[in-house]
Amino acid sequence: MTVAMRPSACPACAAAPAAEDLVDTAPAKPGQIALSLPGIHCSGCISRIEQGLARVAGVRAARVNLTLKRAQIDTDPGTTAAEMVAAVEALGYEAHELDAGSLAATGNDRAGRDLLMRLAVSGFAMMNVMLLSVSVWSGAEAATRDMFHWISAAIALPAIGFSGQPFFRNAWSALRQGKLNMDVPITLAILLAVVTSLWETALSGHHAYFDAAIALTFFLLAGRYLDHRTRAVARSAAQELSALEVPRAWVLREGTEVEVPVAELRVGDLVRVRPGGRMPVDGELVEGRSEIDRSLLTGETLPVFAEPGQAISAGEVNLTGPLTLRATAVGQDTSLHRMADLVAIAESGRSRYTSLADKAAKLYAPGVHILSALAFAGWYLYTWDMRVALNIAAAVLIITCPCALGLAVPAVTTAASGRLFRRGMLIKHETALERLAQVDVVVFDKTGTLTAGTPELTNLDDLPVDQLRVALALAEGSSHPLAQAITRAAQSAGVDPAPVQDIREVPGFGTQGMLGGGTVRLGRAAWVGAEGRSQTATFLKLGEAPPLAFLFEDKLRTGAEEAVRALRDTGREVIVISGDTPPAVKALASRLGIKDWVAEALPEDKVARIEALEKSGKRVLMVGDGLNDTGALSAAHVSISPATALDAARVASDIVLLGGDLTPIGQACDTARSATRRIRENFRIATVYNILAVPLAVAGLATPLIAALAMSASSITVSLNALRLR
Amino acid sequence: MTMLAYLIPISLVLGGLGLAFFIWTVKTNQYDDPEGDARRILNDDYDDHPKT
Repeated sequence: MTVAMRPSACPACAAAPAAEDLVDTAPAKPGQIALSLPGIHCSGCISRIEQGLARVAGVRAARVNLTLKRAQIDTDPGTTAAEMVAAVEALGYEAHELDAGSLAATGNDRAGRDLLMRLAVSGFAMMNVMLLSVSVWSGAEAATRDMFHWISAAIALPAIGFSGQPFFRNAWSALRQGKLNMDVPITLAILLAVVTSLWETALSGHHAYFDAAIALTFFLLAGRYLDHRTRAVARSAAQELSALEVPRAWVLREGTEVEVPVAELRVGDLVRVRPGGRMPVDGELVEGRSEIDRSLLTGETLPVFAEPGQAISAGEVNLTGPLTLRATAVGQDTSLHRMADLVAIAESGRSRYTSLADKAAKLYAPGVHILSALAFAGWYLYTWDMRVALNIAAAVLIITCPCALGLAVPAVTTAASGRLFRRGMLIKHETALERLAQVDVVVFDKTGTLTAGTPELTNLDDLPVDQLRVALALAEGSSHPLAQAITRAAQSAGVDPAPVQDIREVPGFGTQGMLGGGTVRLGRAAWVGAEGRSQTATFLKLGEAPPLAFLFEDKLRTGAEEAVRALRDTGREVIVISGDTPPAVKALASRLGIKDWVAEALPEDKVARIEALEKSGKRVLMVGDGLNDTGALSAAHVSISPATALDAARVASDIVLLGGDLTPIGQACDTARSATRRIRENFRIATVYNILAVPLAVAGLATPLIAALAMSASSITVSLNALRLR
Repeated sequence: MTMLAYLIPISLVLGGLGLAFFIWTVKTNQYDDPEGDARRILNDDYDDHPKT
């Protein structure tokens, strides 16, 4: 006998995956624009934005959804999302365009609605049947009892036929493949209860289990609906993150720039990438000079100089000048995608974690069948009465009902995920919480994870004020991250810019201007005639004096110190593995008090290192954001990525940090631990009820009243225990 | 006992009405934005005339 379970947060949830197939995947209609509005919070915001948008030309209707913090706008053709964003921003709210294509899948939660409907019908039927059953238990006799049983049957049969379908369908598909899942004992219990009760009613017997059959359906559907809600919330939030990156590119066609979806790019297209933009394709640089940031791909913080002829990979960020690329690989063929595909392969090869629910199900499903078959055989041999034996077998199946088991996990995960979601953590994978609870080593990536990716000027105090004034004047003319860091530092130190004239930016090199008849330059080492350094630096050339170095360090992400301290205080090891240079990594590690660090790690090194840790029996939590981390993210026991990470990294990780703050990581580990503790407690509670009630059932002493009491009491205790987590 | 002949159908019909009402609310997307709907009631936009 094999027991096959789909990975799911509750043992009985093998029915929910049918959900994924039901989800609407209709493409977005033209004229539908979706905006993300992270700042809205009140009824005033709703009416202000709706009325403000209604006044804009081309808008047919606008509807704000406060729960999802989104606006759905129905527009005339030709109205662009950029106009809508501008309109909302003019009202004083933050707005981002969402890619309607990626959102379409979450627009309509048909599976959830389907479950809710079945839950409502079974709840309605349960209350009515229970009402009749209570009258029977309190002493209805003879003809009255038979009538009540027949009315119960008339309500329960159609209700079970409709509400129980998810279980029946799953049990059938499992049996057809010669497998056994949680839905098989559930289906068997429901069907056997209905059949024996009908038989008993026809012979005007004393006990009918219609109430138990419908209550079983109701409680199990409740567990399944909770599980579905948790996953639907996570899925919709994850999709919103992807939808924020609108896949669009600017292409030169017959001399003019046209905006096209990235999916429509072809090899040989000339693609324009503006400063600050991300490369949509692999290609060769044909025009323009700039610096490019490769940190998401390699972890290096130093920008790389780019000039015509150079090969560019998709995912790199253009920093200073506009660039034109000739596409050599698009879509699925780009190096970005090839690396993401590697992750998919690594993931499918990774041994699957068996969740607590699956372990329980593996013990439970065969155990229940054997017990009830034994009870049937024993009583049949003892009495040679089919009716008695069947009644007792049904009672055993109902009493051992997995209601509490079906609620044990979803009730806890719903409570825990909700709690973490409010703190800015999105639990994407069903078993992520259980795995997070086991973690004893935490591996951080440096660039973009522990650091925010924004440089900070470190040697401000060593710089002469005159030089600083010139540097400020030059830096103000540039949007380069280092120039902006100088501007920020100098302005907060109260420095005024020097009167530098004719300031112009030389893309890829720096900024230059005229001061007192001489040229002043701020930029790359080679351009101003300075020695290059291993640390991030830019140089100021003023007259004949040797170039003056401005040194930078990557700014720490908010909460990085707190998170590292919290993790170490709870006895977990913290390691930094980065693709950056040793001095940069060492500086950061000593700032955070981390002793264990590895620099210049290639993506494969990161994976190897994590695999070695896992082999030595450690449970590794990987926190990373770049494409070079994706392998490590999927190799680790559990993984977290910040919302600013590349899409591929977010897909590879189990948990996404929605805010910029790292602090929740420490708390998440604690919440995960207490959640796992609650799940185990719930299993224990369910087992205790079974240990008390099963002997009664096997001995033939169980009545429908005892079954109803055991079922409701265990389900309610389990749910209440889960709520203690809040 | 003849009471039952009235009371049971009445309780079923009343419960059924509640169920039908609930199914209608699900079908007409009334659970899509619970938070927004709770706030919209404080809005005075359509106090004078209904939304057209």
